[in-house]
Amino acid sequence: MITGTALWYASRATGVISLILLSSVAILGIVVSRQGRLPGLPRFAVTGLHRSLSLLTVAFLGIHIVTAIADGYVHIPWLSTVVPFTSDYERFWIGLGTVAVDMVAAVIITSLLRARLRPSVWRAVHWLSYASYPVTLVHSLGASKDLRSGWLLALTLATVFAVVTAIGYRIIDAAAAIPRARRVPQQLARTEKTGSPR
Amino acid sequence: MSEKLRVNPILCSGHGLCAELLPELITLDEWGYPILSGKPVPGELSKLARRAVTDCPALALHLVPER
Amino acid sequence: MTTSVQEAAIRHAQPGATSLPRLLPTSGQPMSLAAHLQTHGPTPYRGGPGMLIHTIESAGLTGRGGAAFPTHRKLTAVASQKGVAVVVANGAEGEPASDKDKALLWSSPHLVLDGLQLAAEAVGAAKVHLYVHREPTLLGLLRSALADRKAVGLDRITVGLVGAPPRFLAGEESALASRVEGGSALPRFTPPRVFERGVHGAPTLVQNVETLAQIALISRYGPAWFRAIGTEAEPGSMLTTVRLANGGGAVTETAIGTPIAELLKLAEHPAQAVLVGGYHGAWLSADRARILTLSNADLRPLGAAVGAGVLAALPANRCGIVESSRVVDYLARESAGQCGPCLNGLPRIATTFSKLAYRDSTPSTRDELQRWSQLVEQRGACHHPDGTVRFLRSALTVFSGEVALHEAGRCSATTSEPYLPIPAGSPAYDEDWR
Repeated sequence: MITGTALWYASRATGVISLILLSSVAILGIVVSRQGRLPGLPRFAVTGLHRSLSLLTVAFLGIHIVTAIADGYVHIPWLSTVVPFTSDYERFWIGLGTVAVDMVAAVIITSLLRARLRPSVWRAVHWLSYASYPVTLVHSLGASKDLRSGWLLALTLATVFAVVTAIGYRIIDAAAAIPRARRVPQQLARTEKTGSPR
Repeated sequence: MSEKLRVNPILCSGHGLCAELLPELITLDEWGYPILSGKPVPGELSKLARRAVTDCPALALHLVPER
Repeated sequence: MTTSVQEAAIRHAQPGATSLPRLLPTSGQPMSLAAHLQTHGPTPYRGGPGMLIHTIESAGLTGRGGAAFPTHRKLTAVASQKGVAVVVANGAEGEPASDKDKALLWSSPHLVLDGLQLAAEAVGAAKVHLYVHREPTLLGLLRSALADRKAVGLDRITVGLVGAPPRFLAGEESALASRVEGGSALPRFTPPRVFERGVHGAPTLVQNVETLAQIALISRYGPAWFRAIGTEAEPGSMLTTVRLANGGGAVTETAIGTPIAELLKLAEHPAQAVLVGGYHGAWLSADRARILTLSNADLRPLGAAVGAGVLAALPANRCGIVESSRVVDYLARESAGQCGPCLNGLPRIATTFSKLAYRDSTPSTRDELQRWSQLVEQRGACHHPDGTVRFLRSALTVFSGEVALHEAGRCSATTSEPYLPIPAGSPAYDEDWR
């Protein structure tokens, strides 16, 4: 028989794993959008890894949510899975978790259907993945004391550093991107300058 | 019902995944953009073609029925 | 307005007579609404959708915007779509060598506006727009023509005036749709074509202003009148922008099938080559030009086309390669920059060709031009790369002798004065595309 304590620990553990997985997925997504490579991997493998890890994240998130609710020691209604701020226990912090899950669900569902959606629609929803990260982080830090000390704190800081660095690169890319109207003048200047137009 | 690949050159930003997955049908020009042969996708490559369409980060690749 | 309009061929004609001029007024002065009503009568609405299409089919009218597509088929295609249609009169005339649309709008705006209302009725449209270069004098003129029509209740649908940027691609139908929607005049990926989903997703009929003016006349005088001049396969008159070898020329209305030598007065003003169609058209050698007529029947087999009716005769004292290089450079600058192959290929083609023009080429220049031409063809969302390559290839063929001279460091021109009209400057900001 699964004791309440075991379920509770399972939820906390899978929560940490989900956070790390989500961070990895975000970093890989940024690598893809920057047309970056991972050593030894073709581009379709980088994209494939991004997708596979995101589905793994969903699995761990699922366990994280189910075990938290199944453990009856504190009351979290099933409704809280999708409707934010409806839990009796830690209404605010759990609520943030729900918000993050809602965003991730939208991203996952549209991505499973991406060949059937208009590119602009898929892209607009995918921006939510950026928004889901800080929400997830705050939920993780607030909903339990686990990440606030010891090696888990160090682990959390390391993943935050990695994600923020990746986002930093993404922002630099966006800032350096040449506006469409300037692309042709830039190409012309470049071909004229190099003498031989290579 | 045969199909062929088409690329939306406005959305395409030259990621090059499609050419990795389907070197028999797609090559990249000197600037990294796909050159499609325009020929129908042979049956044995159909699954890979579908994967290329789904995986394209810019959603620029499609399969259209061959007329 | 330009003197070319005022120098337009003046021949007396009764309205409905089968000779010229038909579209341009006989006096050479702009036709006021009063004069238009007196000459042609009020707009001959049919009373319901679809009713004009058969008349247009019998007349055999084809589009006068460059593609020469059968007009009745375009009308039918739009009319048969689900959803309420939009009609746009395309007077943007992005082609620098062409003045005919400006001349028509200046001198016979009411024929264009009649045609716009009649086409709208034929396809059951609820919204109509007039799309013209955003030049203040022209816009003012058209606003007052529209106000005059409103005062007598001539227009059944209010016409929205939309300003086009001075871009080569501004008249491309999907770019037009984007601009009419309020965005930039940038081409879109097709399908769907605008006749299926255009302005705000509605089926959109895009017709050149000259085509609409022809519709306005055919609906009054009938198919037999229209077919009285021109050829069996390509009936009717068309407006041409004629540039003679001595620098003279005007917008001229002519019957399709008129010998090119006659239009360009090649006997009096000999030329070394003739440009037909526009900057996406093709050069013809003088020998060919002397025996051909202005018709797609004669031109298409040679890889050329009537296009937007541009005819420019290059005098012997100019260099065909230098002139062509100026055009290709312009075409490269006018790329929308949306598609990798065009964005990368056209500047490289332009720079390399310009090295040939300025006698700075290398032995690999011609091969590079050939390679890049093949690399850009058919790989854009619109036909800009294709048209540029067509023009380039015709220049390299017709001026092959000049190419050899340039590769040897010489040039046959005796003057460096530019001949073909090329706008200065290049677009660099979003506003340049609005």
